Amino acid sequence: MSGSDIILDVRGLKKHFPIRRGLLRRLSGQVRAVDGVSFSIRRGETLALVGESGCGKTTAARCILRAIPPSAGAVNFTIDGRTVDLATLPRRQLRPLRRHMQMVFQDPYSSLNPRMVVGDIIGEPLLINGMANRAERRARVTQLMELVQLPSAYFNRFPHAFSGGQRQRIGIARALALNPGLIVADEPVSALDVSVQAQILNLMLDLQDRLGLTYLFVAHDLSVVKHVSDRVAVMYVGRIVELAETETLYRRPLHPYTEALLSAAPTPVPGAISSRIVLEREIADPANPPPGCPFHPRCRYATDMCRSEVPQLQEVEPGRWVSCHRAGELGLAGVG
Amino acid sequence: MADPILSVRDLHTQFHGREGIVRAVDGVDFDVFEGRTLGVVGESGCGKSVTARSILGIVDRPGRVMGGQILLRPQGGGPPVDLATLPQAAMRRIRGPEIALVFQEPMASFSQHYTIGNQITEAILLHMGLGKRAARARAIELLDMVGVPQPDRRIDEYPFQLSGGLRQRVMIAMALACDPRVLIADEPTTALDVTTQAQILDLLRDLQQKRGLAIILITHDMGVIAEMAHDVAVMYLGRAVETGPVQDIFNRPRHPYTRALLRSIPTVMARPRTRLPTIEGSIPHPFDRPRGCAYHPRCSEKLGAVCETHEPPPIDTEHRQVRCFLHGGIPGAPPGTQP
Repeated sequence: MSGSDIILDVRGLKKHFPIRRGLLRRLSGQVRAVDGVSFSIRRGETLALVGESGCGKTTAARCILRAIPPSAGAVNFTIDGRTVDLATLPRRQLRPLRRHMQMVFQDPYSSLNPRMVVGDIIGEPLLINGMANRAERRARVTQLMELVQLPSAYFNRFPHAFSGGQRQRIGIARALALNPGLIVADEPVSALDVSVQAQILNLMLDLQDRLGLTYLFVAHDLSVVKHVSDRVAVMYVGRIVELAETETLYRRPLHPYTEALLSAAPTPVPGAISSRIVLEREIADPANPPPGCPFHPRCRYATDMCRSEVPQLQEVEPGRWVSCHRAGELGLAGVG
Repeated sequence: MADPILSVRDLHTQFHGREGIVRAVDGVDFDVFEGRTLGVVGESGCGKSVTARSILGIVDRPGRVMGGQILLRPQGGGPPVDLATLPQAAMRRIRGPEIALVFQEPMASFSQHYTIGNQITEAILLHMGLGKRAARARAIELLDMVGVPQPDRRIDEYPFQLSGGLRQRVMIAMALACDPRVLIADEPTTALDVTTQAQILDLLRDLQQKRGLAIILITHDMGVIAEMAHDVAVMYLGRAVETGPVQDIFNRPRHPYTRALLRSIPTVMARPRTRLPTIEGSIPHPFDRPRGCAYHPRCSEKLGAVCETHEPPPIDTEHRQVRCFLHGGIPGAPPGTQP
C-alpha cells in the first residue's frame, strides 16, 4: 500500500471512560472502550468495522470524527494533499475539515429534525458552510435528491411523511451535501426492513462508484458487510482481532472469534446449521477484561499462553492482520 | 399428522382510531402442531405481532379482534375452545398454563422493582397452587433448565443486573413456569448479538425437543426462520400470503413477495460487493392499504387489472396455501384455464 492513496490512518487509538464512585467521585476504574486500534483506509474503498455490542466499534468511529475526544492515538486524515492528525488538532482548526468527513446514522427516525422540511435538512450543511444564495442552495439540494433517488417534489415535506428507507436516503443526501471524501456510516441499514435494506446498500455502492467515496462502515451484521466492503476489521472488547480482505476473511478466517461470528450468522437455507459453533459465556467486560487474550474464556482453542499473555495484532500474510497466539495453526472454518 | 394444538382461522384484528381503521390482521389462517415450530415472518406492519397478541387476548386498545376463530384443542381431547370468544376471566386460565409469550425486549417486559425470583414465582403461585417455598424451588429449577448459571444466587437479582442474553433466558423461564403447551416467541433474539442469538435459538430447540412444545416464532429474519421453523407463514400487510413447510417455502416459493424477499436478503455466502435484487418501493402505510392484492404496487409479476381490483383468495394445494392470482382464483375464469 503506497502512502499517497491512504485517506485515513488510525494508529493506537484509545478511548477510556473513567468510572467514578462514592461521594468524592474517586476514580475507581476505566472502561477501555477502545484500547489500541490501528488501521488505514485507502481512498475509494470500504472498510467495515464489525463486532458485537460493546466491542467499541461505534466509540472508535466517533473518536475518528472527533465527535468525542480520543484518550490516546493518532487519526491521520489526508485531504487535498495535506495530512492532519484529527486526534490532537485544536477545535478551531478542526471545523473547516468537518465538511470532508460526514456521518450517516443508524436510526433515520431520530437523526432528522422533525420540524424542518426535507429540503432544509439536506441544505443545512450548505448554509452553514457559506452557501447563502437561496436559489443556488435549492439547485444543489435538488441535485442531491436526484442522486439518492428521491423525487425533488418532496422538497417541502416533513420527515414524518417518509418511510424508513426514504429517511435514510435523506440522511445520505445530507451527508453528501459538501462533497466529503470520507463517510462514516454507523449501522446505516440495521433499522430498516429487509426489502428496503437492499435498496440502501445498492445506493451506497452506486454512490461510491460515481463519486469516489470512501466508507468506514460500522456494522454488526456480517451478511450486510459482505455485500459492501472491500476489507473487514473484526473488533472484540476494544481491539481489532482480525483484519483482511473481505473474501479472504470470510473464506478462511484466522481468528477463532471471526470463525464463531461467521458460524453464528443465520443463513436463509433450511437445514444448513449442522456445524454451528455456539460460543459459551458472554462478551468480556471492557471495564474488567480477563488477563491474557480477552477472548480466551470463550475460545475453544485456548491454551495456557492465551490465559496469561496478551496477543498482538500482527501481519501474518500481506494485508492479513490477526491477533491470536495460535494464528495459522488452527485451520478454522469459513463460509462462502 | 396429528390434529393441530392451535388453529387460527380467518382472524381479523382492527384498530379503530380517529384517522380511520387499520386492518392490522386481515384474514390470517394457520395451524400449530405439538413439537413443531411455526415461523411467522414478515416486515414491519405485516401484523405478525398483533396476530400473537390476538391469540393471547392482549391486543392494546383501541385494537379489537373483529372476526375469525382461534381454536385451542384441550389436552386429552374434547372439542376445541375458541379463544376469540372466551371471556377475560377464562382467558386468564389460558395465558400461562396453555399459551405463554416471550417478548422481544426483555428489559422492557420485566418490572425493575422486583427480583427475577419474585416475577417468576408470581405465575407459579397464581396458577400451580404451590406454596412459597415450593414455588421458589420450582423457579430455581426453571432458571437452571434455561441455562442461567448459579440459579440459586441469580434468583435474587434484579433484571438490570443481568446481561441481555441472560434476561432473555429468564424471560423464557418465566414463560415456561406453568408448563404451557404453546410458546409464542415474538422476535426473541432481535435485540441480541449474533453469538447470543445462537445460544437462545439452541435453547428454544432443546426445550422443544424435551417438552414437545409447540412454538410460534415471530421474526423478520429469514435466516432465523430457515434455522428454526418446520412450517412457515409469510405475512404482508395483515395477510398470510403464503404458508407451507419450510423446505417448500425456501426452495419453491410461490408468492412473488416470498420470492422477492428471499432474493433480497444479504448473506455471508455472497460474493463481496455484489448488488442485491431489490423490491421496488416501500411498505405502504396501513391507512393507505392498496386495493386488490395489497402487494400489487410492488409486484414484479403482476398479471394486470385483476390484481388491482380483486383480493386473491387462498389457493390450497397439498400442505401449502398461497394467495396470488398466478396460482388461480381469478374471478370468472373457468377452473383449469388459469395461468
